Amino acid sequence: MFVKQLSVFMENREGRLEQATEVLKNNDINILSLSMADTTEYGMLRMVVSNPELAKDALRESGFSAMLTDVLAVRLEDSVGQLHKLTHILCAKGFNIEYMYALASAHLRAIIVKTSNGAAAADAIRESGLELYTDEELQS
Amino acid sequence: MIWNETKECMSRDEMSALQGARLVKLVDRVYHNVEYYRKKMQAVGLEPGDIRGLEDLTKLPFTTKDDLRDTYPFGMFAVPNSQIVRIHASSGTTGKATVVGYTRRDIDMWSECVARCIAMAGLGREDIIQVAYGYGLFTGGLGGHYGAEKMGATVVPMSTGNTKKLITMMVDFGVTGILCTPSYLMHIAETIYEMGVRDKIKLKASLNGAEPWTEKMRDKLDEMLGIHAHDIYGLSEIMGPGVATDCQLHKGLHVHEDYFLPEIVDRETFQPVADGVTGELVISTLTKEGIPLIRYRTKDLTSIDHTPCECGRTTARIARFTGRSDDMLIIRGVNVFPSQIEAALLEMGGTTPHYLMIVDRVNNLDTLQVQVEVEERFFSDEIRELENLTRKIEHVIQQAIGLAVKVKLVEPKALERSMGKAVHVIDNRKLD
Repeated sequence: MFVKQLSVFMENREGRLEQATEVLKNNDINILSLSMADTTEYGMLRMVVSNPELAKDALRESGFSAMLTDVLAVRLEDSVGQLHKLTHILCAKGFNIEYMYALASAHLRAIIVKTSNGAAAADAIRESGLELYTDEELQS
Repeated sequence: MIWNETKECMSRDEMSALQGARLVKLVDRVYHNVEYYRKKMQAVGLEPGDIRGLEDLTKLPFTTKDDLRDTYPFGMFAVPNSQIVRIHASSGTTGKATVVGYTRRDIDMWSECVARCIAMAGLGREDIIQVAYGYGLFTGGLGGHYGAEKMGATVVPMSTGNTKKLITMMVDFGVTGILCTPSYLMHIAETIYEMGVRDKIKLKASLNGAEPWTEKMRDKLDEMLGIHAHDIYGLSEIMGPGVATDCQLHKGLHVHEDYFLPEIVDRETFQPVADGVTGELVISTLTKEGIPLIRYRTKDLTSIDHTPCECGRTTARIARFTGRSDDMLIIRGVNVFPSQIEAALLEMGGTTPHYLMIVDRVNNLDTLQVQVEVEERFFSDEIRELENLTRKIEHVIQQAIGLAVKVKLVEPKALERSMGKAVHVIDNRKLD
């Protein structure tokens, strides 16, 4: 149901993002999707990566505050109104959206979303006919 | 165990008689051997014969750090250099360093004091003790070392610098006691967890000093390491670490009163205050030969209790330090001690006791930012949660110090770990 998102807390300091991507590169981690939320003092880097456990350990080893978070990867067709379909379901059932961002590759099209009450939201999404990717599907 | 029952368990009458006799000799000695003191006494019309016992103590003028600076480097020494066997000097963060000299008997007395302190922490000759204060001009390293050796413990002179090596030896040697600053012990504890060797250490007790720390910090160290952390007090002008320590009942720090005569005075009127009332600690070194000091104002704030302790010792106890008047910041007219922030953070939980206060002045208004490290498990990937946490910390600190503050969350380990005295304050205010 859930996929593992790698979340990294980052102070707004020169070179900090570069150091993080270097750790990922050196550990042969591929980034499938990413979003960066920022405030004036710190940022939160959220990523779907090829090996989340390894990525988290490697980043922690290098002094980053990294954690894994359960999020939903909702498969969406490339056509008008698809995102609305998802937001409508969540809104109608009273789920809050904490954040969302897109993931697209040659064969994957998804919205990564974190909602309130994730397990119930996942059920609601599936009942309405939308599909959720698993970690294995994203990695294949 | 009580290291020296004869001295540490004297009746109050015997102690007062001993102190009185030693005070009379002390005054006579400095009057005849230290020109600076002779002039100071003459200025207020005092002669050695005017001091006949403890009751005359308050007639004597105070000594301050400025006196030591004015007579830099050796002007306050009471013996010729041929009798001085060692020199230590204070860090001198503001102005010139203060220099102190020890005769061989001073070193013996110091070792005796530290040995008493180590015994108060429940350690003895069977114990293996790491001394992880810096060795050098700072009194911590050598002071701790000589005291632990005098006790007959097995001493590992680690000094500071390589925390992982310290922990490896702690595990391999089965170290049971450690002497270092409280903030360094916190760093050692964190590193022990990182290395995953918490179940391999045999540490029983620690003696931590050289910087003010809180009861909450002690609880945290006790809990993390499964030890009993003790507060060892001292200052280089008086001797170095070992002037006082808390026994295993932790009801104040026992002063070695046969060597150090403590007084508490009001911070404004400088008149003696009653037991239990907080004021500035003033100490006269009753037996010191190298650089004897009369009524030295320590700038440390505490209260005193002369009642005997349940541990059997009768020496007076001073309360844990609420702060040095030197460390006190005045921000927008409010007195703030860094230790208040530490206590508030530990009280709240979820944060480490690592913090940095940055004081600045913007448009003639003082601002206070506190950088706080948050424990990994309290982190969230949601900005909203982090902002809630920031506001909560701001609220807790504001409650503690009565001043609006801006909190900035920083990455774990972002704040520099000190092996000596921790830096908790950066004051960027330019005062004209």
